[in-house]
Amino acid sequence: MPPTWVQLTYLACAVCFILSLKGLAGPKTARAGNLLGAAAAVVAVAVPFFYLELDHVPLILVAIALGSAAGVLGAQKVQMTQMPQMVALFNGVGGGAASLVALLELHEMVPHADSAFGPGWFTFAATAFTILVGAVSFAGSVVTFAKLQELMTSRPVVFPGLPVVFGVLLLASVVLSVLTVTDPTMWIGIVLALLGLAVGVLLVLPVGGADVPIVISLLNAFTGLTVAAGGYVLGNVVLLVAGTLVGSAGTFLTLLMAGAMGRSVANILFGALKGGSTLGAGVASDRPVRSAGPEDVAILLGYAERVIIVPGYGLAVAQAQHTLRELVDVLAARGTKVDYAIHPVAGRMPGHMNVLLAEAQVPYEQLVEMDDINGEFKHTDVVLVVGANDVVNPAAKTTPGAPIYGMPILDADEAKQIVFMKRSMRPGFAGIENELLFDPKTTLLFGDAKDSLGKLLSAVKGL
Amino acid sequence: MSEEVVWLTIFVLSVFVGIEVISKVSSTLHTPLMSGANAIHGIILLGAVIVTGMTDSTVALVVGLIAIVLAAVNMVGGFVVTDRMLQMFTRRKPKPAKADTGSTGGAA
Repeated sequence: MPPTWVQLTYLACAVCFILSLKGLAGPKTARAGNLLGAAAAVVAVAVPFFYLELDHVPLILVAIALGSAAGVLGAQKVQMTQMPQMVALFNGVGGGAASLVALLELHEMVPHADSAFGPGWFTFAATAFTILVGAVSFAGSVVTFAKLQELMTSRPVVFPGLPVVFGVLLLASVVLSVLTVTDPTMWIGIVLALLGLAVGVLLVLPVGGADVPIVISLLNAFTGLTVAAGGYVLGNVVLLVAGTLVGSAGTFLTLLMAGAMGRSVANILFGALKGGSTLGAGVASDRPVRSAGPEDVAILLGYAERVIIVPGYGLAVAQAQHTLRELVDVLAARGTKVDYAIHPVAGRMPGHMNVLLAEAQVPYEQLVEMDDINGEFKHTDVVLVVGANDVVNPAAKTTPGAPIYGMPILDADEAKQIVFMKRSMRPGFAGIENELLFDPKTTLLFGDAKDSLGKLLSAVKGL
Repeated sequence: MSEEVVWLTIFVLSVFVGIEVISKVSSTLHTPLMSGANAIHGIILLGAVIVTGMTDSTVALVVGLIAIVLAAVNMVGGFVVTDRMLQMFTRRKPKPAKADTGSTGGAA
């Protein structure tokens, strides 16, 4: 048992983590909450240096410094548009670390396995869980990173026999986990870790690009649970509490996000296996559409009383948030009422678009959430859809076979006029055609979002 | 009460606390919340430090150091990136914020 002051410090850190999560859930307290969590983490990590007689302290400090430097560098260099894959990567390395820690614990425990005073069966079970699920989280996160960074296709990857292979791997994992309890050896632990890596890859491969953020959140919860199990094995209460908090909050958050997209988690993970339900067309259509130049669109916007902007990931990719904000400012100065309609999953992750627009200093009150603005589209003269597609696709309501069927959408189709700013006729992230593009009320303005918005801005100024 | 049951109690209570504290989060904050939670499980760094500091095998030392580097990336990077995101929420509207925090002592 560690000394009392250590246990009390750990208790204080655990409480800080609870308050940190609580803070992160509210807009006013979020930043303070995050800083409180960071402070608690630093204190908790410092504690063992003061009460344990640790060996290799210089090497450990160097390793911490290296990891911290890499973390800070990555966190500061990353662009806001690439945030989801950065979170995936950070989550993955955490899972990998948990898996390695559990392997080391197994290494310590194996020689004492047969002793009467050795660790109990539950400790071995928790160790096996951490090794396996940590590896799943690591490999799964690396694949999600590759998908979002477009190092590989973001479409679902399936091959014949995948469900069988996956099933066999899962079964083997269970068998080896049981063996870790009954007859622990180091080799079993290592094979278990390798199995975990394979399971992680196969778990994420069949997931379609649009659903990847849900998987990041789920893997995040997985890592939390592995840290909790690791905490039990090490007899460390702060790891147990922090890991469990992240595990349960992360699972709940995953369900919230899936709900916002109208999907079930099981459907996201295994939908593609059941026969292509998350597979889309992925090819450009050659059906006729109505397109217009920036001047025409400027007139539409300039004389509208009510305009709603629907921003999407394409806006962020083109780095056009600032130009869009200028355009909205000019329109507002002309007396037009303009709001941004924010779909819960606009961008690549829930809340991602709010971060991107906040970066462009768009006033918070102009960002209206879906449920609050959906009634307004009926009274709206022009909806300007910038780099978004799936979130206004009526197929979510009308086509039961579509991958996004059931996802709540912005009712842009109810407006009097709809203007799409698009680079090409390529379908959106979910890979399905948008009927709204062919609607008689719809006008298309082709081109790079930043370029088009710039032209639109000067055209509106010239009115 | 056996020691296992004490741990189980802490675990179960933590599950409920975890759900309770974030149950009212708006979708605006989903991304920073996920990122912040992600940073918190970087606390596995503490476990990695303890295990590495107690080992006397060279292979285990190397594996432990790798675990420390990975865990530190998770923890430190996670908190910094979350702060970067949240900065953007708080930086908006600097003027009214000043009015809010301004002295109310002589007012009214």
